[in-house]
Amino acid sequence: MSDATLPTAAAPARRETGRARRESRRVQFVLIAVSLAFLLFFLLLPLATVFVEAAARGWEAYRAAITEPDALAAVRLTLLVAAIAVPFNTIVGIAAAWAIAKFEFRGKNLLISLIDLPFSVSPVIAGLVFVLLFGAQGYFGSWLQAHGVKIVFALPGLILATVFVTFPFVARELIPHMQSLGSADEEAALTLGASPWRTFLTVTLPNVKWSLFYGILLCNARAMGEFGAVAVVSGKIRGETNTMPLHVEILYNEYMGPAAFAVASLLAGLALVTLVLKTLLEWHYGDAIAASRRH
Amino acid sequence: MTVTASFRWREPSILPGFGLALGVTVTALSLIVLIPLTGLFAKAAGAGPADIWAVATSPRTLAALRLSFAGALVAALVNTVFGLILAWVLVRYEFPGRRLIDAAVDLPFALPTAVAGISLAAIYAPNGWVGSWLAPLAFRVTIPFTDIAFGFDGKVAYTPLGVMVALIFIGLPFVVRTVQPVLEELQGDVEEAAALLGASRLRTVFCVVLPPVLPALLTGFVLAFARAVGEYGSVIFIAGNIPMVSEIAPLLIVIRLEQFDYAGAAVMAAMMLLISFALILAVNLVQAKARRRYGDV
Repeated sequence: MSDATLPTAAAPARRETGRARRESRRVQFVLIAVSLAFLLFFLLLPLATVFVEAAARGWEAYRAAITEPDALAAVRLTLLVAAIAVPFNTIVGIAAAWAIAKFEFRGKNLLISLIDLPFSVSPVIAGLVFVLLFGAQGYFGSWLQAHGVKIVFALPGLILATVFVTFPFVARELIPHMQSLGSADEEAALTLGASPWRTFLTVTLPNVKWSLFYGILLCNARAMGEFGAVAVVSGKIRGETNTMPLHVEILYNEYMGPAAFAVASLLAGLALVTLVLKTLLEWHYGDAIAASRRH
Repeated sequence: MTVTASFRWREPSILPGFGLALGVTVTALSLIVLIPLTGLFAKAAGAGPADIWAVATSPRTLAALRLSFAGALVAALVNTVFGLILAWVLVRYEFPGRRLIDAAVDLPFALPTAVAGISLAAIYAPNGWVGSWLAPLAFRVTIPFTDIAFGFDGKVAYTPLGVMVALIFIGLPFVVRTVQPVLEELQGDVEEAAALLGASRLRTVFCVVLPPVLPALLTGFVLAFARAVGEYGSVIFIAGNIPMVSEIAPLLIVIRLEQFDYAGAAVMAAMMLLISFALILAVNLVQAKARRRYGDV
């Protein structure tokens, strides 16, 4: 008899559990509406404004703003700085991930914290430290001046400041992924007689290529868009030490709003491309990247 | 009594390249980050006690630090509340455009801060899309029999409120991205048990679902706060930069530097770093406690 009553008693309970993890439709609707409104005012409107303001004076004005010599010089400089800073941080990031993920040693946690340190330093301070070292009144200022080397208010300063602020990006994507993969593949390759470099190039790199690309993508976006750190070391000499974000600032402060937004729209386009690639990577290679998103 | 002399600073491994990899890492880290930061503290310390005291206690320094830290605190709290709601909605509900919105959350990571700055300033300026709607909402309340008054004068851009708008923008993804994976991995059984035992939905959420999310929420809060304290690019366009009112600490560092007051800039930067590090350390200690209690999430 009790056997016969059991199913009927369990059935409503199961329906109950399905509902137990859900809020009422009204609550769901309110929470979704709150989320969308928040994103509208803080994300979508700012993004849309860039393109609307850029297009405000028509195509000709837009083309003129992004093809004038100073704008082109800014684009070139931004690309040049990123082309040096990003590969540098990629190599260092791979080295850091290899040491941290594949070996056990004392002080590892301290090293990880120190690699992440630039994230908690204001970009302005990241620029300031190089002015204090290499500026006219800095520790090495007079020596550099005597030897005719310019670091601050010149390309080397821009690169140093950019490397500082983008230092952790590649390493912090690679470390968790390489840690989750372990060392068994590399040990097998070495045991089978592969040289260390061959093991690294044909076993390790292919295993982590998507999280590596993910890190490089984020590193590049920050390197090209960095403002505070380069603003301090650049001196903002037009056509010489002005990167794209600094050019946007100068135009904006000279009340050339549409031109500022035109150059800004190029940077916003870069951000959108970054976002699309990043999302595609997350959808297709989520497992590799999920490891790094969860720490 | 035998004492094994087993001090090893690294576990043996058959993998090669430890020396090279660690050497490259430590050299680059020292040259780019550690030595320059040490130079900053040396410069600040070298200013001498009288000058350090003068910079540290000048009303303009204190006002800027107060704005940067209080603004970052408010922005991080706003982002904690809305970030939790956003993560919840993205993980648990199905609605059209959910994946698109999920991707859009990371926009502040990708959009250069100067671009965000001029765009936010244009929107929240008195004649902007949002700013022009806010002007009629001005109000002022004075608490009877006191001098305490508060209100909203209808302006966001070029006031401390503008600073907060920019700081909310740049801190937005942190809480969502730290809370989301934890929510995804929560097992439903405890929640179902709570419901079957008769707990209301609200009580289930606050007493069963959210406690294990707390450490992640705290991590997101700290990341958003740390980012907001030092933020410069997105803030300076919308802040108006009025000394003592809407001038943030990083801007005051830049101003001192432009006046060739290197020591003053270094002292202020060192103060900012020390306060941030102390706060982050304190929160990490609280978090270690939370982790011990709710497991490693």
